[in-house]
Amino acid sequence: MNPEPSTNDGCMQPLIQVENLVKRYAKRSLSGQREEKLALDGVTFSVSPGTTLAVVGESGSGKSTLALCLACLERATSGSIWLNGENIVQLSEEERRKVRPQIQLIFQDPASSLNPRWNALEIVTEPFVLQGKWKREEMVQRAHSLLEQVSLSPEFYTRLPLELSGGQRQRLAIARALALEPKLLILDEALSALDCSVQGQIGNLLLELQSSLGMTYIFITHNLAMAAHLADTVAVMNRGRIVDLGPSETVWKHSECHTTRQLLAATPGLKRSLPTGLER
Amino acid sequence: MRYVLRRTAHVLFLLIGVSILAFLFSTLAPGNYFDEMRLNPQIAPETVVALRSQYGLDRPLPWRYASWLNSVVRGQMGFSFAYNSAVAPLLLPRAGNTLLLTITATLLAWGIALPLGVCSAEQLGRVPDRLISWATAALLVIPDLALALGLLVLAVKTGWFPAGGLASVGFESLSLIHKIRDLALHMTLPVVALVLSVLPLLVRHVRAAVADVLDAPFILAARGHGIPRRTLLYRYALRAAANPLISLFGFSLGVLLSGSLLIEVVMSWPGLGPLLLEAILARDLYLVLGGVLLSGLFLAGGNFLADILLYWVDPRIRTEGHAQ
Repeated sequence: MNPEPSTNDGCMQPLIQVENLVKRYAKRSLSGQREEKLALDGVTFSVSPGTTLAVVGESGSGKSTLALCLACLERATSGSIWLNGENIVQLSEEERRKVRPQIQLIFQDPASSLNPRWNALEIVTEPFVLQGKWKREEMVQRAHSLLEQVSLSPEFYTRLPLELSGGQRQRLAIARALALEPKLLILDEALSALDCSVQGQIGNLLLELQSSLGMTYIFITHNLAMAAHLADTVAVMNRGRIVDLGPSETVWKHSECHTTRQLLAATPGLKRSLPTGLER
Repeated sequence: MRYVLRRTAHVLFLLIGVSILAFLFSTLAPGNYFDEMRLNPQIAPETVVALRSQYGLDRPLPWRYASWLNSVVRGQMGFSFAYNSAVAPLLLPRAGNTLLLTITATLLAWGIALPLGVCSAEQLGRVPDRLISWATAALLVIPDLALALGLLVLAVKTGWFPAGGLASVGFESLSLIHKIRDLALHMTLPVVALVLSVLPLLVRHVRAAVADVLDAPFILAARGHGIPRRTLLYRYALRAAANPLISLFGFSLGVLLSGSLLIEVVMSWPGLGPLLLEAILARDLYLVLGGVLLSGLFLAGGNFLADILLYWVDPRIRTEGHAQ
């Protein structure tokens, strides 16, 4: 079998373990010269099951590339991603397709991440149709219970995405992702396009789902307050590298890292919005 | 249902507009069928005057239009001077031949354009896409006429295909299978010429529409669900890109129809093309008008079909209707 990666701390087997991940994009400039852009430059971290890792950093720091690589939608140039004892970077395209349902991605803009021609029920049923192991009534039943889980009331089931509000769309996107019973949910700026009160609601929904289903999250954001509220561990990224990594509290309170300090300084209301218990 | 009614009314309105304009312009054009008779010393001037009044050409324009419209409604579409017969029985069998050609060509062209365009969009910027782009660009710059003549030369040199017409001599005595084979052989060259003339346009539109959609997050999300590549491309991306392509489908029917008039003349296919060409040269007024009306009908029909398809494919159009 595959050689097992070394486990850190030794307390719990991590769900996903990333080692020295590199993603290089080649592009051609106008003059025809090849240019290389290093989007990820040796990223290493691991996430334990049932916990949340927040990845913060300014735009262009490689957060979204990381999300695409983890979700098997982009192939990393080198390095490894271990999931269930398999290095998913090395798998063939067909094998990667079969891994994809285990890692679901929630996008920033729920409007464009939902098929505009389908109603809510059809959108949530789609992953079942794909797996093809259920009868029609069973699929509808499962879809109903998923939509219930994300608190979408039945009056919205026949609506098209353009007839739903931003918060409702994001609930729908979460329900669709949960339909595949993923092990890991990656939320790529999933709350940034929503207004504040809705952000709080969806944030709480995510926490509820985590305690009821034991979900594991990777929460990508530039909103430090939200990251502090949701995450157990925080990774700070800058120019494709993780420059700061540790338990949420330690990173906020004691970080010596320049990037972390800068991000903290750019979020003036953070101290007040930090959940109690993190305040000293 | 109201949508269909509205579209139908739209088509009728359009056809009436086309007929009025066509009628107006054809009477404004100098000369008519009887002018040449007047130059003929063997025909008495009185005869020409009598003929003119017999066909109502000395009456005012609105009267002529009304009587022509009346004849269209009764299914005769006016009277052909040259053939000395009602227009409809001349026109309709020819129109059938033309439709046989254009509908086959349209279906075939789309059948080729869709996979080529989708492949091109998926491989955007890579070798297959570049090959397809070069090939379509090359086809685009060759005039239809040169294409048709080239194919004819091929037919004559190789003898694989008949070089014109719709059926061989003795067609009636053939068995059904041989009849179909004979027809298919005769259709091959004109259909190929038509397909080649419209293909580059279609491939490019399919490529652009699909490439646009492939970047959408919901396609990325669908890929993340582990959907196989082929399903993703054809069931998701192509459907999402369908709207502009369906409109283009309606349009392409019309384009192929006018394109086929030229091809028919060159390849002597007994469709509307050769008939209309003769009618125009002879200034056979009502035959030309009938042809124009029919092409208008085909074009409007193609667009009508596209509208209905669009309504069926895209639920968003349906909800818009409800909102109004």
